[in-house]
Amino acid sequence: MPVHTFILNGKRVSVDVEDDVRLLWVLRDMLGVNGPKYGCGLGVCQACTSHINGKAFNPCSVPISLIRSSDRITTIEGLPATVGKELHPMQEAWLDVDVAQCGYCQPGQIMTAVALVEEAQAKGRKVSDADLEQMHNVCRCGTYPRIREAVRAGEAHMPRPKRRRKKKRRT
Amino acid sequence: MTDLEFRGDAATDPVAGDRISARESAGGITRRRMMGYLIAAPTLVAAARWAEPAEAAIPTIQASDAFDLSDLLNLAAAATANLVSVRVNSDGTASFDLHRAEVGQGITTATAMIIADEMDIPIDRVKITLADARPELLFNQLTGGSNSMHSIFTPVRAAAATARGQLMQAAAAELGASVSDLTARAGVISARDGRSATYGALAKKAAVTRSAVVTPQLKTRAALQLIGTDQRRIDGPAIVRGEKQFAMDLDVPDALPTMVCRAPTINGTALGIGNAADVKAMPGITDVAIIPHSTYVPGGVAVRGKTFGQCIDAIRALKVSWSAGTAPGKSDASVLADLRKAELPLTPALPGKTVEEVFTFHFRPGDPLETNCAIADVRSNSAEIWSCCKSPIHVQGLIATTILKMPLAKVKLHVTEGGGSFGRHLFADAAYEAAAISKVLRKPVRLMWHRTDNFRQGRVHPMATSRVRMTYLGNNVISHDQRHTSVATDFSHGFGDAITAVDAQLPLQNFVQFSTTIFTLTQNIPYDFGVVTQLLNEVYDIQTFNTSSVRNIYSPDVRTASELVIDRVAEQMGKDRLAFRREFAKDDRMRAVLDKLAQEGGWGRSLPAGVAQGVAVHHEYTGRAACLVELDTRPETVNRKIEKGYSGPRVTKVVYVVDVGLPINPLGLRAQMMGGVMDGIANALSYSLHLKDGYFLEGSWDDAHYTRQWNMPLELRVIVMPQTTNEPGGAGEFGVAATMAAVACAYRKATGTMPTEFPINHAAALDFEVSPNIPSIPQSPTDGLKKAGLKRPRRKRKATKKRTKTTTAKTRS
Repeated sequence: MPVHTFILNGKRVSVDVEDDVRLLWVLRDMLGVNGPKYGCGLGVCQACTSHINGKAFNPCSVPISLIRSSDRITTIEGLPATVGKELHPMQEAWLDVDVAQCGYCQPGQIMTAVALVEEAQAKGRKVSDADLEQMHNVCRCGTYPRIREAVRAGEAHMPRPKRRRKKKRRT
Repeated sequence: MTDLEFRGDAATDPVAGDRISARESAGGITRRRMMGYLIAAPTLVAAARWAEPAEAAIPTIQASDAFDLSDLLNLAAAATANLVSVRVNSDGTASFDLHRAEVGQGITTATAMIIADEMDIPIDRVKITLADARPELLFNQLTGGSNSMHSIFTPVRAAAATARGQLMQAAAAELGASVSDLTARAGVISARDGRSATYGALAKKAAVTRSAVVTPQLKTRAALQLIGTDQRRIDGPAIVRGEKQFAMDLDVPDALPTMVCRAPTINGTALGIGNAADVKAMPGITDVAIIPHSTYVPGGVAVRGKTFGQCIDAIRALKVSWSAGTAPGKSDASVLADLRKAELPLTPALPGKTVEEVFTFHFRPGDPLETNCAIADVRSNSAEIWSCCKSPIHVQGLIATTILKMPLAKVKLHVTEGGGSFGRHLFADAAYEAAAISKVLRKPVRLMWHRTDNFRQGRVHPMATSRVRMTYLGNNVISHDQRHTSVATDFSHGFGDAITAVDAQLPLQNFVQFSTTIFTLTQNIPYDFGVVTQLLNEVYDIQTFNTSSVRNIYSPDVRTASELVIDRVAEQMGKDRLAFRREFAKDDRMRAVLDKLAQEGGWGRSLPAGVAQGVAVHHEYTGRAACLVELDTRPETVNRKIEKGYSGPRVTKVVYVVDVGLPINPLGLRAQMMGGVMDGIANALSYSLHLKDGYFLEGSWDDAHYTRQWNMPLELRVIVMPQTTNEPGGAGEFGVAATMAAVACAYRKATGTMPTEFPINHAAALDFEVSPNIPSIPQSPTDGLKKAGLKRPRRKRKATKKRTKTTTAKTRS
């Protein structure tokens, strides 16, 4: 059986598993990392959203064979360490606004939100209404308004990206 | 009673009426008293229950009484076994094992608030866990009908007050002071001279060696400081860290991933497998077995393996022959025809002008985001199950007697927190199925349903029609008739115990004993409309479709039909729609929420053509609510492009005014209304299932359009009315009906057309590609990196140490 290795929440991990097993199952069933949730396995609900090299993605839709040894995978469990704090500012904002109800989708929502802000920052702008409108994550408890409020609050406290060339400004 | 010692005159000393609840009942106001208990234990354990049983007998049709367990307890020798109790620990914390399910509605937080407030202890020192199934609690372990806070508020307060009282006694002895000279604050009791003792230090000293009965001294309303204040969820920190544990996150040894290959049509049963050996030989797979469909077990072919991904591969590879199931050939059109035939006649018309309409409400999912799931470890003479169950006593009984044929005491059922419920967890389909599979395989199983199965074989809100006829004469409405005809709603969980649940399975009992009862007790017309009738009829037995009490049960559809007709009557009578509702409202509480809504909602402001307001009210769960909606139906809004999303008419603004009597946690209450608003919008505009050839076509969240970010109201205000009664009413479902009705009314006003079919997009052409029903579930995509904007060549260049050829199932997808 092939051995796959990558960096998970700052630590190198290796797993023996068939090539086509999706990363979500490697994380949950083999590595016991349960923050990313199963909501559809179809890349639709986004409850499993995590980061690969800083970009939001759905581990349910990525065969392990596509993951490189140099890839840095961050799940909700590893998010605070990316800013060297107890909690990431987005998590703090989620608490302040009291976003969650059942909480099942919220790790995915937070990971999407962080990537959304970082993407906007990279373009030298703030998260727009249009960005929020496109968040695909399902929340069956219907916490959408509080999610929007928390993204804005979290954005205000997120570290600025280290100098990057500003590309064309778009609003 | 031999193990009890009485202290004080609990039996005769009534607690002041303003301290203990005055409850609403059919016969008016009844006042009952609480009794406190000190229970023999190493540290202080205090409990409470109602002093008198309720007036009603079991199992009466007075659902509101039957739901309230404390009412039904009798003072037997084992009185203390039936109690819910607060334990004070040596570390200064208080523990409470909650006999309700937390599924996102915030009852763990509210319960912690009640205990903290009554005990004078910081809220973060109250530890709430969910109780295992406890058959001795009889009716008192059902989470449903938005009844949790209503039924546990006073007993929990009394238990906490009993604990506080005993801690004061212990402190008095410890500090050599009289109780009246002591004050308690933040878990510390202080004497006037400044000496103090912590609850932690007193926990053992306050414990009793013989159980005793005491009179709890509940605080007055004015002395309660937390009740009525905004408190954040106690599980918030665990949630945002990804540490909150749901059933599939539990570490149970050897409980390997397990899934079920399900029939192509509703409730088909597996007859044979053509390639069991081949599938069992697939990578990671340990077991393949037929699990027959039965009344309780959905069933199919179970596969167990190393990862869920490999279970999905195995399911897709299986060749299974199936029976046709319980709804062969049925479609939206055939069910509608059956509903029309079953409609009860209206009462003879009174003289006057009449307005009459009939509405159709399509099947819609009852899905939470967490799919049906359970862990089961069935051994030869014992079993342990973990699942989110809202009627755990019933579930435990059924698993023991029907599925495993074991003594009840040998089956342990742990209630896990749920990733949403909306009524779904009243049924424990996954727990039954996991038990059945584990029994057959003789191995522990971690059973998870696929999302597509949840939509296609899971429980749904039943399809229904509702005919409304109103008659008015001069300035008065003189009658309101409503005939609601529905596919049967399954209430076979009964009221959460074993006795009534068994009855519900008898022919016609579900309808006679439960459907009509619940319909009658929950539906009302909150207006003075003269002669009012509302009658229910049902089609099919409860096995035909898999249904359940989806959030707010009948009310969203019943109220929508009624409020739409009310709008027409108001207009024909030349009255403003909101003023009309105020004029005919039955009581002052309803008029007050309407006044607040008119004042804060900007009712009547001018809006562009194609944008309009709607208003609707609702009375349920002892509360009152009114909702104002603004809806934009202009083409540029309706047709806006959302990638893989349904846009449609956009609710731009919602103002929701709610009076729940006594709001415990307004922050949590506003959250519940917010969720109800999102459900109401979905029910009116976009969220349904299409039935064709005996199965539902929707298989994912991009097919069934629950409210998403691009559908949610840009402006939402929830206004919580100040306390109007001494008891908390229901909250969890209370946002749905008025919102759905107000959206429908706004749609009618904006388009000038009466909508008669819900959701309003149901009749349009399907906007998704129907995924095949054989195999029963779709394969997971492989384009996750591409969608994230990462370019990857198909092959990894380096990285893996070995590159052996794999025998995985790539080609099957």
